[in-house]
Amino acid sequence: MTNRVRTRLLLTLGVTIVAIALFAGFPPTLAKMKQKVHLGLDLRGGTQLVLQVVTDDAIRGETDQTIEGLRQELNKQNIPVRQVVRTQVDTFQAVGVDPSKDGDFRSILNDRFSEWDLVSTAGEVPNTYTVRLKANQEADYRSQAVDQAIQTIRNRVDALGVGEIVIQKHGETQKGEILVQLPDVTDPARVKNVMQSTAQLALKLVDSGPFPTQAAAAQNYGGVVPGNLEVLPSVEKGSSTEGTYYVVQQVAAVSGRDLKGAYTSRDETGHPAVSFNLNADGASRMGTLTEQNIGKMLAIVLDNKIQSAPRINGRISDSGQITGGAGGFSPQAAQDLALVLRSGALPASIKYLDEEVVGPSLGADSIKAGFLAALVALVSVVIFMLFYYRLSGVNATVAMVLNLIVLFGAMAYFGAALTLPGIAGVILTIGVGIDSNVLIFERIREELRAGKTAVSAVATSFSRVFITLVDTHLAALISATFLFLFGTGPVKGFAVTLVIGLVSNMFTAVFVSRTLFEWVLNRKQRVETISI
Amino acid sequence: MIEIFHGSKIDWLGKRKLFLAISGSVMLLGLISLVYRRGFEYGVDFKGGTEIKVRFNQKPDIEKIRQDLHDNGADSRLQESVGTNEVLIEYQGASAENAAAGRETILGALSKGFQGQFEILSATSIGPQVGDDLKRQAVFATLYALGGMLIYIAFRFEWIYGAAAVFAVFHDTLVTLGLFSIFKEQINLTVIAALLTLVGYSMNDTIVVFDRIRENLKLRRRDDLQTIMNDSINQTLSRTILSSGLTFITVVALFIFGGEIISYFAFAMVVGILVGTYSSVAIAAPLVLVYTNIRGRSVPQIAAPPRPAVTKSVAKPVTKTPKPKRA
Repeated sequence: MTNRVRTRLLLTLGVTIVAIALFAGFPPTLAKMKQKVHLGLDLRGGTQLVLQVVTDDAIRGETDQTIEGLRQELNKQNIPVRQVVRTQVDTFQAVGVDPSKDGDFRSILNDRFSEWDLVSTAGEVPNTYTVRLKANQEADYRSQAVDQAIQTIRNRVDALGVGEIVIQKHGETQKGEILVQLPDVTDPARVKNVMQSTAQLALKLVDSGPFPTQAAAAQNYGGVVPGNLEVLPSVEKGSSTEGTYYVVQQVAAVSGRDLKGAYTSRDETGHPAVSFNLNADGASRMGTLTEQNIGKMLAIVLDNKIQSAPRINGRISDSGQITGGAGGFSPQAAQDLALVLRSGALPASIKYLDEEVVGPSLGADSIKAGFLAALVALVSVVIFMLFYYRLSGVNATVAMVLNLIVLFGAMAYFGAALTLPGIAGVILTIGVGIDSNVLIFERIREELRAGKTAVSAVATSFSRVFITLVDTHLAALISATFLFLFGTGPVKGFAVTLVIGLVSNMFTAVFVSRTLFEWVLNRKQRVETISI
Repeated sequence: MIEIFHGSKIDWLGKRKLFLAISGSVMLLGLISLVYRRGFEYGVDFKGGTEIKVRFNQKPDIEKIRQDLHDNGADSRLQESVGTNEVLIEYQGASAENAAAGRETILGALSKGFQGQFEILSATSIGPQVGDDLKRQAVFATLYALGGMLIYIAFRFEWIYGAAAVFAVFHDTLVTLGLFSIFKEQINLTVIAALLTLVGYSMNDTIVVFDRIRENLKLRRRDDLQTIMNDSINQTLSRTILSSGLTFITVVALFIFGGEIISYFAFAMVVGILVGTYSSVAIAAPLVLVYTNIRGRSVPQIAAPPRPAVTKSVAKPVTKTPKPKRA
């Protein structure tokens, strides 16, 4: 055996061992293999959801906060203004600013609100300023909202104890789509509930109410509710105020950001409830608020629905309780609510675009069927190759089996999941592998027919076919790369398997198969024939 | 040694008009069917809606299921799969926002009539928006992939070879899609994966033939393009038949043993391999010839491929390969 052949054989052996160790551990066991080869949801069973973060919500919130900030600032600087209102998601108008304070107003905008652009000064009322959030700033906020949503959802789902979840951005970024995969979850209702709840907690001072209808509430203010107030529905179950409306301050005195913790507790009647406590900053504001407004009502608002509106009897500083009304929460509902409050509010609401549930038995059936099909295919191909190419068929078999081993090793290494379209990729890989071998063998036969010696026929064929294989593999690789970059879901799964398969086939069909040929040809001193 | 198709002398290029006519008619048939049926039968993936697959403990009474669903306001399309107790329920009413609601409606109706007698195999709800996106993305990804291959082949051979190869692949895709339309088979994401596999496979086949043409063009400068193409196709014919045959075995195994979900995929592949093999032999090279003849030139010069640098040891220079014997 020459040194060259020995080196090549050792390299082949090394790659084989590493690949096996990657997907089945060392020493290889079936248990480790089950753990390391990730199965896609379509094979394993589970739920896949595509959500969309309504990033408009986040922008709207930002605009509302800015309006409130501006109002306070104008108030402080004594600049009279008729009203400041939001006209679009990212745009607000300061209507009727005192003309004599025009310069002051502009400098406040410039200095304190640099994220905003003054886009127009025209309006029905003179001295109306239209201000819009800068485009790049808006894009930032939107992508932040998606990131934050992903983080929040992850915290929540993690706390539910669903193992091995995948949460990631999906599709084009600006659309704000998120892909959530929950293996083994086949009844997604509870998870969805926990994920979806925005859990925007707010404590708002009640201005008036309750009213039986929204119109009645507005009537109280002469038909139009002023801009700094809003009408919210009450959902306090079993109480006389259920289904009524309150008029509350639009800006929350204390919000979810001031929350320190949330946990399940019992209300006065012993039903499950959720208690929360506030951080130092929130507690001091709450203290001031309750002190100054004894006798008024304070609405506990969750996702723009009033959970309860207790009367302030005295100074409360650092804690509060959300009760489930007369019927109380169910223990699980209380737990879930505490969980979503703890995990922080979603910056924006969520819409479900797509839901896919695969039952465990379907997944198991698919694996069984796919495995059987692959086995039948492989065995019949091997039998044919051995029959048709005799001893060289052994070469092809070794190359093909090694190709599959390397493929699985690489997939385990990259953490790529095996899916149904992935199996399609494996089948194509087997196909390409067979083709490479057939291409080489047919060429060797041709060269032998033309009168070459075995050694020279093998050498010429490999070097000549190598060009063809580079062409076919590179063309396929290029297309697979595009499919990976631009495709989604199944198309992507297909592309991943194919890329890995193509690379490993180049190694097994060219390098390994040639090494085996050279090994055999080198063992005997003068080889005249070759079994092909 | 056992051999098939050795030394065949089939005049492929001479029959190019016949081949092109056959392909043209099949594509036209598909197109007519497509127009007549007003587009494809899209699966829920692309159309949006809810699709639930249920397995019953025993042979279910389809009419009763239909009636139960109807009574609960979920008029659906039902599809029994042969030889199993599985039923596919397709509910088109459900949109993105009430996808889950559609599911609940169907399951609620089923639970009333068939309490404890069934098991949900899968449930998919897809909004029409997502369906459109998926369709668009699948099409674009495929077009980019084809574009990439076109550029690569044009770079390695000549642009007309790239164009012909891509056209051949288009041909395969169109013929397969046409058959889907004619047989009213549903197009879903799995089928797209199959089409992609087919594209890869057919391209592979075509490049092998082109590569042999390129090699022969360099060795035999005096022969005309048609002779060289015929010889090249014949020389690679045994490889073509063997490779396709073996891959065919693989796919047939998939079709028979792969279970129902893979069967769509396998069906597309069975058709695809036949069409793909045919097109590499009877469409791709003839297109190049037709183009060259129209241009009125002799043999187009093909860029010589860079020699691979891997085999220094035993390889003799390739150029000494003798001309294949001509019987």
